[in-house]
Amino acid sequence: MSSHPVKASAFLTDEPRAHWHDQSVWFVRVKRDRMASMVPEWEQLRESAAQIKAHTISRLADYLEMFERNAQANGIQVHWARDGAEHNEIVHKILADRGVTRLVKSKSMLTEECGLNPYLEARGIEVVDTDLGERIMQLLEQPPSHIVMPAIHLKREEIGELFHIKLNTTKGASDPNYLTEAARGHLREKFLAAQAGLTGVNFAIAETGGIVVCTNEGNADMGTHLPPLHIACMGVEKIVPGTRELGVLIRLLARSATGQPITTYTSHFHGPKRNGEMHVVIVDNGRSAITASDEHRRILSCIRCAACTNTCPVYRRSGGYSYDYTVPGPIGSLLAPLRDLSKYKSLPYACSLCASCTDVCPVKIDLHHELYTMRQEIADKGLLPWYKSFAAKAMGWVLGSKFMYEISGKLMRSIVPQLPRALVFNRWNAWGRQRELPPMPKKSFRELLKEERS
Amino acid sequence: MSSRDQILRDLRKSAPPAVALPPVPTGIIYPDPVKQFEEMFTSVGGRCLRVADSTALHEQLAKLDVFANARVVASVVRGIESRGIDPMAVADPHDLAGVDVAVLPAQFGVAENGAVWIPGSALGPERAIFVIAQYVVLVLSASQIVSNMHQAYDRVQIERPGFGLFLCGPSKTADIEQALVIGAHGARSCNLFLVG
Repeated sequence: MSSHPVKASAFLTDEPRAHWHDQSVWFVRVKRDRMASMVPEWEQLRESAAQIKAHTISRLADYLEMFERNAQANGIQVHWARDGAEHNEIVHKILADRGVTRLVKSKSMLTEECGLNPYLEARGIEVVDTDLGERIMQLLEQPPSHIVMPAIHLKREEIGELFHIKLNTTKGASDPNYLTEAARGHLREKFLAAQAGLTGVNFAIAETGGIVVCTNEGNADMGTHLPPLHIACMGVEKIVPGTRELGVLIRLLARSATGQPITTYTSHFHGPKRNGEMHVVIVDNGRSAITASDEHRRILSCIRCAACTNTCPVYRRSGGYSYDYTVPGPIGSLLAPLRDLSKYKSLPYACSLCASCTDVCPVKIDLHHELYTMRQEIADKGLLPWYKSFAAKAMGWVLGSKFMYEISGKLMRSIVPQLPRALVFNRWNAWGRQRELPPMPKKSFRELLKEERS
Repeated sequence: MSSRDQILRDLRKSAPPAVALPPVPTGIIYPDPVKQFEEMFTSVGGRCLRVADSTALHEQLAKLDVFANARVVASVVRGIESRGIDPMAVADPHDLAGVDVAVLPAQFGVAENGAVWIPGSALGPERAIFVIAQYVVLVLSASQIVSNMHQAYDRVQIERPGFGLFLCGPSKTADIEQALVIGAHGARSCNLFLVG
């Protein structure tokens, strides 16, 4: 079992650093707002994107078949995987059959979800993550803490030290320009020596049988246009009907993700390069079960921009690792329990229901409603810790009766100020750990209103 | 049953009632798309150089530092000569590794975000040219700028089989403390000649 509050407390022990993390993630939200405000039809775009996704999800099988047909006509080989294990086997077989031992990868949350890297490494294939943030995390042998900015939680000095050890940069050097230049040189060697490139898929276009990959660094393009083999891995939900719909989603993606008008490279792959091969692996891994759920179907609309994560007051103040899942933040707090409700039951509670995530989501997923629904599912399945269900029952009993509510209020107002501090700020009073209780008023609102009216 | 058939069967079985496809929203139309394009292209770290015609283009290009100092120039723009390599004759994309400057033709530009569309067929035999070159120079006709991405996708001719991309400025990253660094894996700078 994973516990968000326990991991979050660990993150918060270094207060200045937690504050710095909060500020740097918020900075991305501010950039996103600036970009969104430059598009007068922004809200219309979001609505349109939500409908495009709802439409596509209602006809996923048809569009996937259309994609397969058109992709094959473009000379792309299409594979299907029911789960993560089958996905890993397929990718490994493609590589092993061609004797590939050096693979370069650009970002793919799906392969993280399937655990592809360790699977391939255990079979003698060198896997190099080429997104700078992901490479940093790979060299540190730690997972990313954010889906768009994998190393957002690290300070430049820490990266400088890592590069000094791994890439032989000058000791103590921490200038981002210098460190990026070192990574460029290091990764260029890897690109030139690679025998295959693997990418994720931002969008797969049914009508044209191609895929779109978006990066700023150009690592997906470096990784795919040099070696003769390109493998792209996608979840079934990445499909869009045609380029008209693609246009709507492309307009939203980079603006929502990093506050850019569009990514530097928006590459449309519609077939293998000269003398090359291209493969697309389509993965279900639990997604068809989510399409069946009226409560959670809309989660599949997610385009992985992480706008919800950047705005989330809990994520910003607890860090990506407190979620203990490939995808952190509000969207991860839904995806994780859908994978394993018992293990990730604390995540839907890592939320103040402020709804900021829902407000910024470019495809209008009602994230905070879904998180609330997920809490009910957790309670219904009897997965709440006893003190939480006890507290909820007690609250329900008090708030459900006018008499109980009035009498409890009266008792609190008169007794609490008389009690010794140690008793009020006991170990069960989580609120009181970092804060003072407000002073108890003499009269309740109801009493004040009565006086006012008389 | 194959995985393919099972996935498709599961998806059909769990599919919700059909939802209609919405109309594409009307995108923003700029009174001066060229000006907007120049602003956006500059904002993403690119540099726009306005030239009157092809003669001026050649004059200005010759004066451009990255071009003048380049040892190896791979041009796939008609009328601009390559230097030290013939990109149309390379046998393998790795042969492009030493390219200092790639000169590429943009089919059209998009004012709302400063991106240009480059069809794969315009890149020559090896697609890698646009990302492996140390510096990129783009040539775009000022008459070929649309306002928004909806208009852009109406114009894009997907080459099948093939490749194509929207390119927007130089390669960049902000993965170290969100400090913007130009020149991650691809072009270290992106100069665009706007002709006409």
